[in-house]
Amino acid sequence: MNFDLTEEQRVWKKTVHDFVAKEIKPKAREVDENSEFNWDAVRKGGPVGLLGMSIPEEYGGSGVDSISMAIAMEELGWGCGSTALAFAAHNGLGTAPLANFGSEELKKKWLPLVADGKHKLGALALTEPGAGSDIQGGVITKAGRQGNEWIVNGAKMWCTNASIAEYIITLVRTDPRGGSKSLSMILVPTDTPGLTIGPAEKKMGLRGSPTHAVTYDNVRVPLENLVGPEGRGLQQALATLDAGRIAIGAISVGLAQSALEAAVDYARQRKAFGQPIAEFQAIQWKLANMATEIEIARTMIHKAAWIKDQRRPFNKEAAIAKLYATEMAERACYDAIQIHGGYGYSREYNVERMYRDARLMTIGEGTSEIQRLVIARHVLASE
Amino acid sequence: MKIIACIKQVPDSEAKVKAEGGQVTWGDAPLVINPFDEYAVEGALQQKEALGGTVTALCIGPESAKEALKHALAMGADEAILVSDPALANLDSVGAARILAVAIKKIGDADMVIFGRQTLDDGSGVTGAQTARVLGWPLLSLAASIKVQDGSVTVDRVIEEGRQTVSGKLPAILSVVQSIGEPRYPSFMGIRKASKATIPVWSLADLSENAPASVVARTELMNPPSEEVVCEIISGETPEAIAETLADKILAEKVL
Repeated sequence: MNFDLTEEQRVWKKTVHDFVAKEIKPKAREVDENSEFNWDAVRKGGPVGLLGMSIPEEYGGSGVDSISMAIAMEELGWGCGSTALAFAAHNGLGTAPLANFGSEELKKKWLPLVADGKHKLGALALTEPGAGSDIQGGVITKAGRQGNEWIVNGAKMWCTNASIAEYIITLVRTDPRGGSKSLSMILVPTDTPGLTIGPAEKKMGLRGSPTHAVTYDNVRVPLENLVGPEGRGLQQALATLDAGRIAIGAISVGLAQSALEAAVDYARQRKAFGQPIAEFQAIQWKLANMATEIEIARTMIHKAAWIKDQRRPFNKEAAIAKLYATEMAERACYDAIQIHGGYGYSREYNVERMYRDARLMTIGEGTSEIQRLVIARHVLASE
Repeated sequence: MKIIACIKQVPDSEAKVKAEGGQVTWGDAPLVINPFDEYAVEGALQQKEALGGTVTALCIGPESAKEALKHALAMGADEAILVSDPALANLDSVGAARILAVAIKKIGDADMVIFGRQTLDDGSGVTGAQTARVLGWPLLSLAASIKVQDGSVTVDRVIEEGRQTVSGKLPAILSVVQSIGEPRYPSFMGIRKASKATIPVWSLADLSENAPASVVARTELMNPPSEEVVCEIISGETPEAIAETLADKILAEKVL
């Protein structure tokens, strides 16, 4: 048993922290206020390795271990929820399925391009207007063969990064008879005719991370753009989401850490009844609870990542980590606002944004309800 | 092109440095690569990218200074060498220059040796010049840009009077200023390489050198006198009245 980070992970944590503190955190308010994606973070983050975390070195990536990925996502979340979400969607959803299941040709063509920071990112489209948690039964976007091409028709919702992506890996039904082997993943370049990316959704938080509806109207792509074997789309999507859950949990830990730091700073300087409010037990207990829950969540995230790196099933641990970390982040941000009093409700203070950003985390990449369903299945099957 | 970047490990800029029992201490503040030396590494890497070749990071310091060298490796340096010996503990800049010169010769075939403009701790800013003197190489200091052509190097120097362009024959010693370009962040690929790297440690015996005697002796070390700060809030009926009281007080204190 060893809870220490390796030297590589320790230096990586410091590097990403320094990078985020200088390049991302100072712009967090601006990207949220203006709903503008932080392209500068992509341009500068590429060479650091932040865009190739799921991509092996031979395809231009940094190929980091799962704990290093969690570390980076936490630091990104600490700096800016929006930028963190875009990076998580790119690394975990947009590039991981391609790196893990894609053909050699597809990997060579696309992965170096989206890892270097000079181009746009990757995106994954699973959710549809009528299909959220129920992917297997709900997906109606379909693809059929015609000559050397797939013809894709349908519509996707809540596609993070769609407008800032080189391609969208799209989950489609390739067998109209349905069932667990009826879905496949197809890579659709965003400049393909027939593909329409809607305007960015107006969201409660994470406004610097564009999310879109995407429609496919007779979109033609080569047969070679199939990612992984035909009929394996559902399994590939579920495996991708398991890893993505660790990332969303890690972002949540970062948001909570940032809220705690803001609350500590404020509690030290704000005076009431002749002393800093940090001297009051009512405030100290809140800070203590936040620190405790952050530590628990971080440890669970690292454990889930560690099990993944051991190549053992981590579905249950990822669900536990995501469930706890995301709900914890909302509590932490709630308390941080409470400590700030009226100022905390104002956009002048960053905790207001963090609270809005944290709210998505219990929904995206599997709602809390789905996490509990996953955990309960494991509990009922084994205990 | 074989380029050597000379770096030093120093206490973090946020460290509270003070004198204690005739010694300088910085408590348990972290040690980092001298921030000015990050520009030296950046300048070296730029030249490597432009001309090909290798970058070697060179440092004198205790075992812990390997961390600073690993930072240079993570930024993209090809190799790193630490000169470490208990006898080098209280080295002054002349002594450092002598040891660096020997190490540079031992590395061999260097075309350019790049320093930061100064260190954050001692801050003399002369080690580069002294190393050039020991080696008998030209010195091109305070460079904001570097251009190598046909065996010579031309730099734009940033000096108080403005900019000055000078050139010299290679091999040469350079020092760089911030305008050389923001030091790149280490990459994960670099960190991975650095964490696996074995950094050779050269002792004085490896360099066939004796510890250079200090030219400058430090006879006494004191903390700066503590300042007493008194804060007074001036109140008054109108802003004009407050300003008048303030002006009177400033004159009374002979600040103006």
